[in-house]
Amino acid sequence: MSSGTLAAYRPILIAVAAFAALPLAVPLLVGAGLFAGANTFYNLMIFILIITLAAQGWNIAGGYGGQFSFGHAAFFGTGAYAQAVLQTRYGVNAWAALPVAMALGGLVGAVIGLLAFRARLRGSYFALVTLAFAEVFRILANATPITGGAAGTLVPLRIGFGQMQFEAPAAFFYLALAFVAVVLVLNRVLERSRFGAWLVAVRENEDAARALGVDTLAVKLKAITLSAAITAVAGALYTQKFLYVDANIAYGAWISVEALLAPIVGGIGTVFGPLIGAVALIGLGEAAKTAIHAAFGSAVPGVDLVVYGALLIVVIAFAPRGLIGLLKAGGGR
Amino acid sequence: MFRSYPPQIVLEAVLNGLLTGAVYALVALGLTLVYGVLHIINFAHGAMLTLAMFAVLVAHLGFGIDPYLAILPLTPLFFALGYGVQRFVISPASRNDDGAILLVTLGLSIVIENLLLAVFRSDTRALTLDYSFSVVDLGFALLSLPRVIGFGVAILVAAGLWAVLALTDTGKAIRAVAKEKLGASLVGIDVNHIYAVTFGLGAATLAVAACLLMPSFYVNPRVGNAFVLVAFTVVVLGGMGSIAGALVGGLVIGVVESLSGLYLGESLGQIGIFLIFILVLLFRPTGLFGARA
Amino acid sequence: MLAVETLSKRFGGLVAVSDVSLTVPEGSITGLIGPNGAGKTTLFTLISGFQTPSAGRVLFAGEDVTGRTPESLAVLGIARTFQIVQPFAGLTVLENVAVGAYLRHPGRRDAMAHAEAVAERVGLADLGRPASSLTVAGRKRLELARALATGPRLLLLDEVLAGLNPSEIRDIIPVIRAIRDSGVTILMIEHVMQAVMSLCEQVHVLANGRLIAAGTPAEVVSDPQVVEAYLGPGAAGRLQKGAAHG
Repeated sequence: MSSGTLAAYRPILIAVAAFAALPLAVPLLVGAGLFAGANTFYNLMIFILIITLAAQGWNIAGGYGGQFSFGHAAFFGTGAYAQAVLQTRYGVNAWAALPVAMALGGLVGAVIGLLAFRARLRGSYFALVTLAFAEVFRILANATPITGGAAGTLVPLRIGFGQMQFEAPAAFFYLALAFVAVVLVLNRVLERSRFGAWLVAVRENEDAARALGVDTLAVKLKAITLSAAITAVAGALYTQKFLYVDANIAYGAWISVEALLAPIVGGIGTVFGPLIGAVALIGLGEAAKTAIHAAFGSAVPGVDLVVYGALLIVVIAFAPRGLIGLLKAGGGR
Repeated sequence: MFRSYPPQIVLEAVLNGLLTGAVYALVALGLTLVYGVLHIINFAHGAMLTLAMFAVLVAHLGFGIDPYLAILPLTPLFFALGYGVQRFVISPASRNDDGAILLVTLGLSIVIENLLLAVFRSDTRALTLDYSFSVVDLGFALLSLPRVIGFGVAILVAAGLWAVLALTDTGKAIRAVAKEKLGASLVGIDVNHIYAVTFGLGAATLAVAACLLMPSFYVNPRVGNAFVLVAFTVVVLGGMGSIAGALVGGLVIGVVESLSGLYLGESLGQIGIFLIFILVLLFRPTGLFGARA
Repeated sequence: MLAVETLSKRFGGLVAVSDVSLTVPEGSITGLIGPNGAGKTTLFTLISGFQTPSAGRVLFAGEDVTGRTPESLAVLGIARTFQIVQPFAGLTVLENVAVGAYLRHPGRRDAMAHAEAVAERVGLADLGRPASSLTVAGRKRLELARALATGPRLLLLDEVLAGLNPSEIRDIIPVIRAIRDSGVTILMIEHVMQAVMSLCEQVHVLANGRLIAAGTPAEVVSDPQVVEAYLGPGAAGRLQKGAAHG
């Protein structure tokens, strides 16, 4: 039994170790002309990991629980703003701000979830109401003084471990990787727990679940709270990385879309789906940008997003279980 | 708490709200029609409106066609486009599974919006026409001529759409499919064809809306998003699938937006719409006029 | 174990269940029969908490449980199956049963072991395969296993035999009897009369939302009112005449 338990976590260990070893390959990748320099590489990797984290959050409510949110920006943005505003206005240390940002994101998730699930919204209606909440937050953040209004909030540059700002780009990469690794493990624990089984039962058939004693409202609420808290951490990390937020970054539709695309493309309701999806989406998007840039001699905006949208349609048409489903089918499983 | 305005200014705001509301209603018509028949929310609706607005722009700048005349070629063109998109992209890609349709239309909207961004860049453009700034003087209020025309044509289109559904054979088939898909297919109605026709009609109303909007509005690759969120609100308020509901809902939302803009200022004014949207979804998801599901 | 007192349910003007009273003694297998549209399934949805009655009470082990939610009734010990079987498609057979087992076994290892034991009791094999790949008979057994895994004191079975062939029915009848022998009280809606005759000690007959007869299976099938409810007015008389002539 314990060897079975270990086996369940081995793929996570391997994946995280592989990511952790990536910096060793940087000189090679830069030498081969794939990246302009080490910084380009780290920036891309950190961005991928932040999106992965946001998507891992989405995947808990959306993937395992079947509650398709189109407004995870509400949670990402709350995390991002909390991390920025707590430091700049209240002088809170960055490390101390992070758990608060996470809790606030979770709280927003709980409130939206309570309202939406009590009203028995599901499917398209749930998608719409989450989208609308994110828009309300965006408009409010754009208009209220505490968030810096339309000008946004700038976190002062103060390099130092205590400030969660690092001289070496690899340090932030490892920090983000650590968060992703923790959530990978958390996902596996969830899959093997009562809560996870009940969450999937709710996704598949709420009435059947209730007949088996599952309090579906409580299960969905827990899921959206956890989901929102994780996506809020992604927002907080975004703030720490770029040291700037405004309403269109924090609460913009772009992050709602990325958070939902990555798990769907990678494999919805699976541990590795968000990570694989984020790597594939952002990797392909960057490749498309580079190719178009080379072909036209200048950058063309929107190309990467065209690839995202097309990939979403192609995956739904030909691989409803995502890239993971394809890998498993190819591997003979 | 609120600033008080003279009645004339409030009246003018209400009238302007009605004018805008008619175009909202027109945009919402296609959305509610598709929902009523296919029972899906078309997330690509906003992007298709943007596409239509750029089509009007190109028709005018490239071919010298007046926006109002552009209704003639663009309406059938968009009908065909909508028909094709449903028949050859959405339906095969989603295998008619609800969740998959939702995501495919989201994918379509991302593709369309960003292709427009790649081609036209993010600049905001507007048409300059002789009549862009013409006004109608009602004595007690001044109204923009293009918006008065937009109001009239929008009401006509809504009436026309209602007539198509009520009187023609295709319209009857559409209503049959909306009510009972299986039964309709048993009596020999080609459900996939009807789905595509419905989608085509939705796209055609967008083409008309675009032609009515362009003389007094601007376009950029993201402009559809603003409209589509309003259109969702209209549809939810009017009751999903209800044409009369969309018309009344559009007018109500237009007035609410105009008045909250007056009292709360431009940037916060939009919030009124979203709050209505959220409140209706939470407390009366069948809409103010919809029957209980 | 279960007592239903003057229970009614109206949908608009339509009375689906009208003034129904019945009791299910502890340790019994009690049948609920009646023509299609008689209100049997509606009665089940009222007892299991999926709908609230317009009037009347439901007592479980002496406690008034009217209007409780399905999930809280499951915790108290009332489990139900659905007429239209609803397996969790994304899960394996064992994981499906475990969803029920988790109710009284919060730990994974416990729940899995309990689920395996229950699956074996109802004769489910090949537990690692996806639930969506099961045959109709397999799905019926899964439905039964899931409900049983919640550790109920009262099990409501809604046509678990419908859609099965005679040999499958013959196989599952001893399973149901064994469940009762393990101490679970059973109330079952059933159309397969052969099974009702062989399993039930007591049968209640519902027609047009009203209880029209009750008694042992043998008493009930010879009740003229019951025959008429199934076959139409005057049918009992014609049958008797036919019997007299034959």
